[in-house]
This record gives sequence, structure tokens and C-alpha cells, in this order.
Amino acid sequence: MKMNRRETLKSLLLAPLAAGAATAGCATGAPVNWTELPREYSYGRTEAERQRDRELFAESYFSEHELVTIAVLCDIILPSDHPNGGALDAGLPDFVEFIVKDRETLKLPVRGGIAWLDSYAVAEFGADFVNIDEPQRLSICDRIAWPDVEDPVLQPGIRFFSLMRDLTLTGYYTTGQGFRDLGYQGNVANVWDGVPAEVLARHGLQYEPEWLAKCVDQSRRNIIATWDDDMNLTS
Amino acid sequence: MSTDDTTYDAIVVGSGAGGGMATWRLAQAGLRVALVEAGPWYDPAHDSQRTQFRYPWESPRRGASTRLRPFGDFNACIGGWELDGEPFTTAEGTDFMWWRARMLGGRTNHWGRISLRFGPLDFKRRDIDGLGDNWPIGYEDVKPYYDKVDKLVGVFGTNEGLPNDPDGFFLPPPKPRLHEMYYIRGARSAGVPVFPARKSILTKRINDERGVCVYCRQCDRACSLHADFSSSTVLIYPAVASGRVDVYTNTMVRKVDTSPDGSATGVSCIDRGNRRELRINGRSVVLAASACSTARILLNSISARHGSGLGNSSGHVGRYLHDSTGASRAAFLPELMDRDVYNEDGVGGMHVYTPWWLEGANLNFARGYHLEIGGGMGMPSYGFGFAANQYKEFLGERVGGYGNGLRDDVRRFYGSRLSIACRGESVPQYGNYCELDPDVVDEWGIPVLRFDYRWTEQEINQARHMQDTMEELLEASGGILLGDKPGPERQYGLTQPGEIIHEVGTTRMGDDPATSVTNRYGQLHDAGNVFVADAGTFVSQADKNPTWTILALAWRTSDYIVEQMQQRNL
Repeated sequence: MKMNRRETLKSLLLAPLAAGAATAGCATGAPVNWTELPREYSYGRTEAERQRDRELFAESYFSEHELVTIAVLCDIILPSDHPNGGALDAGLPDFVEFIVKDRETLKLPVRGGIAWLDSYAVAEFGADFVNIDEPQRLSICDRIAWPDVEDPVLQPGIRFFSLMRDLTLTGYYTTGQGFRDLGYQGNVANVWDGVPAEVLARHGLQYEPEWLAKCVDQSRRNIIATWDDDMNLTS
Repeated sequence: MSTDDTTYDAIVVGSGAGGGMATWRLAQAGLRVALVEAGPWYDPAHDSQRTQFRYPWESPRRGASTRLRPFGDFNACIGGWELDGEPFTTAEGTDFMWWRARMLGGRTNHWGRISLRFGPLDFKRRDIDGLGDNWPIGYEDVKPYYDKVDKLVGVFGTNEGLPNDPDGFFLPPPKPRLHEMYYIRGARSAGVPVFPARKSILTKRINDERGVCVYCRQCDRACSLHADFSSSTVLIYPAVASGRVDVYTNTMVRKVDTSPDGSATGVSCIDRGNRRELRINGRSVVLAASACSTARILLNSISARHGSGLGNSSGHVGRYLHDSTGASRAAFLPELMDRDVYNEDGVGGMHVYTPWWLEGANLNFARGYHLEIGGGMGMPSYGFGFAANQYKEFLGERVGGYGNGLRDDVRRFYGSRLSIACRGESVPQYGNYCELDPDVVDEWGIPVLRFDYRWTEQEINQARHMQDTMEELLEASGGILLGDKPGPERQYGLTQPGEIIHEVGTTRMGDDPATSVTNRYGQLHDAGNVFVADAGTFVSQADKNPTWTILALAWRTSDYIVEQMQQRNL
């Protein structure tokens, strides 16, 4: 059975991929597809940094089975049935693979976490996590998704699930889909002129007149500053 | 060994705040200047080096920190806590941290732009508490230079008439953000003053060369519009444009060369690109490599005349090394849950702050601290979404889970955090120092520094007070405190020496050559044509960030050099 699954995976991974999409699969379910992330980046790097990133992209750390498990977990944590897309639309498996290679302290917790999950799934349902059916998978997640659960047997799984939730959310909210989901509007040139009046009002707050009088008059921001001898701005 | 044929009027070592200012002022006065920088040329406006206005997905690690960029993948500073091939060591029991930049502009490329003048009391602390030493100069000596720095570089702030936080030639500050309004209300109710922050960010145009702030909150990425202060963008480019400055990048200074009479003749360097030795000749040398690197160069400049290192006849080079104290705390503000989302990036960092307000109060520590306010709806990067719904604990709801409900949690708690960071003054100690480690060299064969530094009861008691203050103010602002309050077992959350990156004092100024390294102009007592223009000359550092004083003193030292040359004393 194990051989079969790996064979299947291999053939799926070797099959021609649609542009910009990555695919892997598990034996009992449909192939798992996700948006493939770029492997080339240019954002003000030094040569040492470029070299480091090249090495990371060239490094192979996860097995195909581990990668599929990551994909399945990410999809459970942030599913794609949402207008702003989910984890797989945001390329989470690629991100998780990269960040785990990049941050040494993540390697063991993720690898060990997957092994714990498989061991638990085999004991409960007779197969690895990705090879049990969806209701079985969700029943395991229901047991390890809540950190207040005190069952000592489940603690490694709870730690792992929390880590995967952190990685999934951070990987999602640092993409365009995540920005849309959050409504983030910054990172653009603009002229800040204070909290919108209706927002201040909703919070029962108002700018103190004396404070406001000292603040920048944005209509004069492009007039070159001059001062009198008493340190008063005169422009 | 190759020797440049030119004999410069001045060789400036290091291109940060002090080196940039010295280079600019000396070139402006007509001197031929060599500026020597250990790292590469840098301009944040060049797309190959620009990190500003990048989205997190432009980085495969979404802005996470790396060993090469410890403050995050988009931070402008090339350098960090560890440099390949350039170790330093620490004495038993010392946890010193040392951030070194290797780039044009040095650490001014990513600093917080918090620009605070020292006040009259800050130069005379021994008179007040009997600890440490007074500076040989006072506020009145530095004030004219602060005034000139304000106008040349640009700083926003407000004139409040405070006794020890002097007024200046300020640009107008930006309006507070929403979480800052909560802080203002909280601080007012607790009887703690709060004022607009003071930062060298151009909220208003100061010349035709530099841009005006476009409120992206990314000063730590260095501004491609040159609308904040970096030594490179504000001082070095104009100096180079004068045609009187040669910049030696990727060039690491090994030592200052001296003649048999003890005066400097130039510097010996290594070209980091080809590992070739290089000698640069000059009539004067201005060291501005940062307090510790300048001390290292001096200690390595051993000659028959200067047997214990240049400028070290007093044995004081490396002594009185001190950094700011620091501690921080954060809270969850339920009133900021489910908030309206709009662009509130603002300038880099805080719009409001609290200067030290308890001068003269009866406390169990000597010196003060100020409060820096953080929070708001920042741009997500690596780490955003971690423990996404942990605040549900405070609402009596269950933390954890999976599925689309997490999206609601993330939006619900976005921007609901308020934090305070304290930055305080430590008491300089003769016993806190750096020296050469006789057993270790870096990859260029230059002996490295060994640090020996411990906090005293003064700083630990101050940190305890910081923790109480932060709790009080965060709660007064409507916050629910996060994390545990650190106790004595963790020195009340006191940062490690060096961690705040305000290290100063290794070549302190003084009128007595037996207890100081330079005179009141930054001129070595032991070699009249060698000057220090970084924070090494600080006798004490105040609870203010050091950059504005570095700039003012470097200008003052440069004026003195010009004057001495005009009088043919150099």
C-alpha cells in the first residue's frame, strides 16, 4: 500500500503541470492542487543573500508525502471555498516548504509533527493522515485544533496544529489574497491627515485643538520650511 | 600594498551619522576628503537596493528575519548582530550585543529617526546625582549646532518649553493615529505627559533636492525619496557632488599610521574586494566608525610612540562603554476590535511619545527614560497571524480552531494592540569596556574586540520602574496586558547591553588627559591631528537617542578642524 501511494504521487508529480499550478495527490482522494509560487525574487538583495536563497530553493527537505500532508492541512485550516481564496490558492505548500528550510528551528517540529499525525491516524483509522477519508481527518483536527485540550496524548498534535495554523495564516495574509481579505490599504504613497473624523467619533475621541494646531498643514507640505529666530515655522 | 598618490586634508573613517556629517562639513569648507567605508555604496532609490514599497510576497520569506537581515528581510541595514569573518568575543558573564553595519550611511539607513536634543541637565549629571562625570561642555556649547542640524537635516516636533527636552527648529508633526489617541487619553488620566514625537522625517519640504514624506511607515527600509535622514542621502551625496570627496567603499581600516613624532600620516586599510592592502595619506584623520569600532582602530594603532594604542596613554580607550537601557510591554485594546480599516501607515514608527517626566523625583535609580508608543494597522509580514485569535481568551471565547472563521478572528483583532518601549539612560562605568582580544583576529587579520559589560543596580531598578509605568499606562489606555511581567529573575525585562544599539562612551571627551581620550572638540589628547566624530566622545548619553547629538558634535568637531587648519595648527 505504501509503495502504491508513493508510486501514485510520483506519477502525479511527474505529469505535465498546468502553468503556475503545482499538483500532488494522495491515494484515496483527488490530487491536491495549489498555486505555484515564484522561485526567482528581486528585492534589493546583496550577493550573499542571493546565494543563500539559491541554495534554499535548490535544497530538498520534505518528501512528497510530507508536502502533500502540509497541503492537506493548510487547506483544512484555510479552505478555498471563499471569495478571497484559501491557502492552496495562495500557494501555501510552497511557502511552508521554503520557510521551514529557511528557519532551522521549524524543521524538526514540522517533520516530527507530520510523523506524529500519521502515527495517530494509523492508530485511529488504519492509514496515514492523507489516506484516511475527510470526515476522519476532520475528526482528528477537531481533537488537536484547540490548545485548551488537556489530554496528554494529544499535546504533540496540538502543538503541531498550532504551528501549522500560524504558518498558514502568516503565509496567506502576506499575499495579495490575504491583503484583500484583511482590507489592508497601505504600502502606497499618500498624505496622512489624521484619523477619519467619523472613526474618531465612533470611538468617542477627538483631537485636542491645541495639539491639532501644532500638526502639519498638508496643503503647505511642499512649501519650503523657513523659521524666524525664535524657532517658529514661518512658511 | 598600494598607496594612493593623493594626500587628503582629512580622512574620514566610517560613513554613518558622524562620518557623514564630518565629510559634508569638511568638503563644504573646501577640504579634500577621503571617506572610507567598510561596506558597499548604497542608495535606497536604486531599484537594485530598494526595499521600500515592496509587498511581503516579493520576499520568499515574507520579510522574516535572517542572520543577514536580523530586523527583517526588507530592513535596509546590511550588517547585523553577527558578521561572517568578523567575530567579537565577550568576557565571562557578559552578554553584549553589537550591531555593525557594512554599507554607505551605516546604521542611519534603518534607525528609528527619533531625534532628541540632549538637555542642559544631560551634560552635567554628576552635579545632580554624584554619579559618573560631567561633560566638559554644556548645552550652550552644542545648541548652535543642534539648531544648524535641525535646519540642514530636518526634524519634526513641537516646541513645548520643557526644561530638559529643548525646543528646536521643527517641522510640524503628523496627527496621531487612533491607538495613539487612546494612549494620549490614558497618559492624561495617569498624569503622565505626552507630546508629538520628534523625528528626522520631512513632513514638509526643506529643499529642492529631497522629497517630502509619503507616509508609508517604512523608514527602516530607507527612503527612496530621501525624505528621512540617512547619512548617505542627506550628507554624503551632496558632499560627493562637491567634487572634493573620494569615497573608498568596501575598504576596512586596519589602523591609523603615525610618524615618529606621534602625529597621524594616514590610514592602512584592506580592500575587501581583492584583499589587497591600501594606504591612504592624510593631514588629519577623523574616526567615525562607531564608538566600538573607533576604539578598536585606536587600540590596533600601536607604534613606538603609542605603545598601548593611539590616544590611549590614559588607558581609557574602550572604557565607559555604555548603551541605553530598554524594556517593553504590550496590551490588547478591546475598544480597537472590529475597527474600521483605512490606511494609517503614517511615518515610520510613533507619532507621539512621552519624555522623562520625573526629573528630581525621589527614586531608587539615578537617571530617566522616555516612552515610545507602538501599535496600529501595519502591513502584514512574516509573523502576522501567529496566535491569531489568542485575544479570544480575554473575551471568554475558545482560542484555536480552523476554517474560514479564522478570517473573522484575524480581521476582528487587526490593529488592536498597543505597545510601549522604554529607552533609558544608564550610568557609565569604568569597569564596562571593550578591549582587544589577544587571541582572535578577523578574516582581515585585525585583532577583534572583547567586551566586558554588566548592568548595575541603577539600571535594574530603572527597568523595574519601567515595567510598573508600562502596566499603569497600558491599563489607563484601556488595555489588557499581554504576557507576564518580568521580575528580578529576568532583571525586569532589561535589554542586554548593546541591544538598543546606542553604544557610546569609549573615547570620552574631557579636559584632563589622564581620564579622557579626546578634548572637548573630539581631538585626541595624544595626537593633535586625529579626531573622533562618533558617539565615542559621549561622557554620558542621556535618555535620548544619540544620533542628533552625534550630528551636532561632528559638525562642531569639523568646524574646529577647519579653524585649526586655517590657523595652521594642523
